[in-house]
Amino acid sequence: MLGKIKMPENQLQPEKWVDNYADYLFNYTISRVGDTELAKDLVQETFIAGLKSSKNFKGDAAERTWLIAILKRKVIDHYRKINSKKGKAEVRINYSTDEDEGNWLEERVADPFSKGGDGAIENEELGIAIQDCISKLPAKQAMVFTMKTIQGISTEDICNELGINPSNLWVMIHRARTALMGCMNKNWF
Amino acid sequence: MKVLRERTKMLCTKSQYGAATWWELLQLKIFIFFWKECSEFSQRNTKFTSLCERAELNALSEKEKAEMKKKLEEEF
Repeated sequence: MLGKIKMPENQLQPEKWVDNYADYLFNYTISRVGDTELAKDLVQETFIAGLKSSKNFKGDAAERTWLIAILKRKVIDHYRKINSKKGKAEVRINYSTDEDEGNWLEERVADPFSKGGDGAIENEELGIAIQDCISKLPAKQAMVFTMKTIQGISTEDICNELGINPSNLWVMIHRARTALMGCMNKNWF
Repeated sequence: MKVLRERTKMLCTKSQYGAATWWELLQLKIFIFFWKECSEFSQRNTKFTSLCERAELNALSEKEKAEMKKKLEEEF
């Protein structure tokens, strides 16, 4: 079993990382690399790297912020690899020195949104807000809501997988949506 | 009254997923027409659906998460 690692202000709880942060990190990564399989691999690598460097966690930042920082480096490494092959030309157009290349990589990670300007930024903020609210739901409600709304799994398949009946499913989804609307009310409605 | 209100709201949620039957939709429309609270809830529910679509959310499957946990356990 994965144990708790005690830290001053914030604690690392690797045993909860996948449940608490996998979807959040996955969305963050997809918006930057645009490939689901690659995004999944990078999230996995981030968790492993986090585990290996857990001794360096000082507890100043929240656990998720710390994992995002690791993930950013993973995404940068990814672009660095592809940049050494086919992306080099793109770097050279706007960034002439080696130092500038670093800036380009940072921008790709911080701003996937080169693809769409303000709208893309707002949509990512929206995605983060929804993910934050989902993370506050009871675990089973969050799971059913995610399976139905985000993954688009059929009612029958969800019921079979979770051993619930359709009435239970709709009650859970309804409660989840009501809670999520309440959670997001202030800024998005 | 409270039970009826909750049931109507749940029908509203079902309709957001295209899962309500024509009979349920008919009941919902009637309630929305005559009941302001249901009408407002329906509007917010519809807005929430559009927010979810706009956010283009992705999620890992439970199987993928289980595999991730397993790999993490192995590393630990």
